[in-house]
Amino acid sequence: MKPDLHYSFQADMQTNRLTIRREFDAPKDLVWDCYTKADLLDQWFAPEPFTAKTKSMAFKEGGHWHFAMVDPDGNEHWVRFDYETITPKDGYHAQDAFSDSDGGINRNMPVSKWDVTFEDATPRTLVQIVSTYETPEALQKVIDMGMQQGMEATLAQLEKLLQTRQ
Amino acid sequence: MDNNSPELDLVFLAFADSTRRAVLRQLGDGPASVSDLAAPFDMALPPFMKHIRTLENAGLITTEKVGRVRTCELNPEKYTAVEDWLSNQRQQWASRYRKLDQLLQQLKEKDR
Repeated sequence: MKPDLHYSFQADMQTNRLTIRREFDAPKDLVWDCYTKADLLDQWFAPEPFTAKTKSMAFKEGGHWHFAMVDPDGNEHWVRFDYETITPKDGYHAQDAFSDSDGGINRNMPVSKWDVTFEDATPRTLVQIVSTYETPEALQKVIDMGMQQGMEATLAQLEKLLQTRQ
Repeated sequence: MDNNSPELDLVFLAFADSTRRAVLRQLGDGPASVSDLAAPFDMALPPFMKHIRTLENAGLITTEKVGRVRTCELNPEKYTAVEDWLSNQRQQWASRYRKLDQLLQQLKEKDR
């Protein structure tokens, strides 16, 4: 990342909303492609150490992207994005939900609504994602899960460490 | 943290303000008096006390008055859950976008 590329991450906790703004050193068409084409999404959408693997993609209103975040041990965490409205090159609205490997949405897990906008700042592009959870309870659950995952990761590391010491 | 949602609202409200976040960071170094905490801010004491009460109501800090001095202390259990999650989210987005920077660079070179 060039040091002067704008990046901001804001949490508005009264509205259960995260706002992520980031500038990219590329034209808007190219950035749009990276957010909307499966073969490109697979190359960046999962944060380290995960990789993204698309099972199906229909980028159109009423369509969805079904993919897995694969961890280094090969465990698959399935996610489904349902595209609600699309304004080509300018933005889209989607629902972000946990799913199973067949694309069935897990209703016990919180969903969030995404409002993504692409702004031309030639030669750069500014992308804003506003991710909103429906209720404080939903966000609470996500935070609790995050804590649990963190704890499990720590325990797994501890187990590995103990094994190497034996 | 329990699942009491009005309480969670209070925690998020507490994090939503830069003065309160600065106070929390300061308290990360250890307990401090209200007047010490207020010193870096160009703010009268009554509005500053409002920030302190917001943090206290959210359970993020505890305060105790001994004589004329009110001392504040971080309630670490509550503080870390939300802060950890947010910093985790921030890191995940930074990680994603580092990958996207590289991808865009490759695509631009291909276009040439």
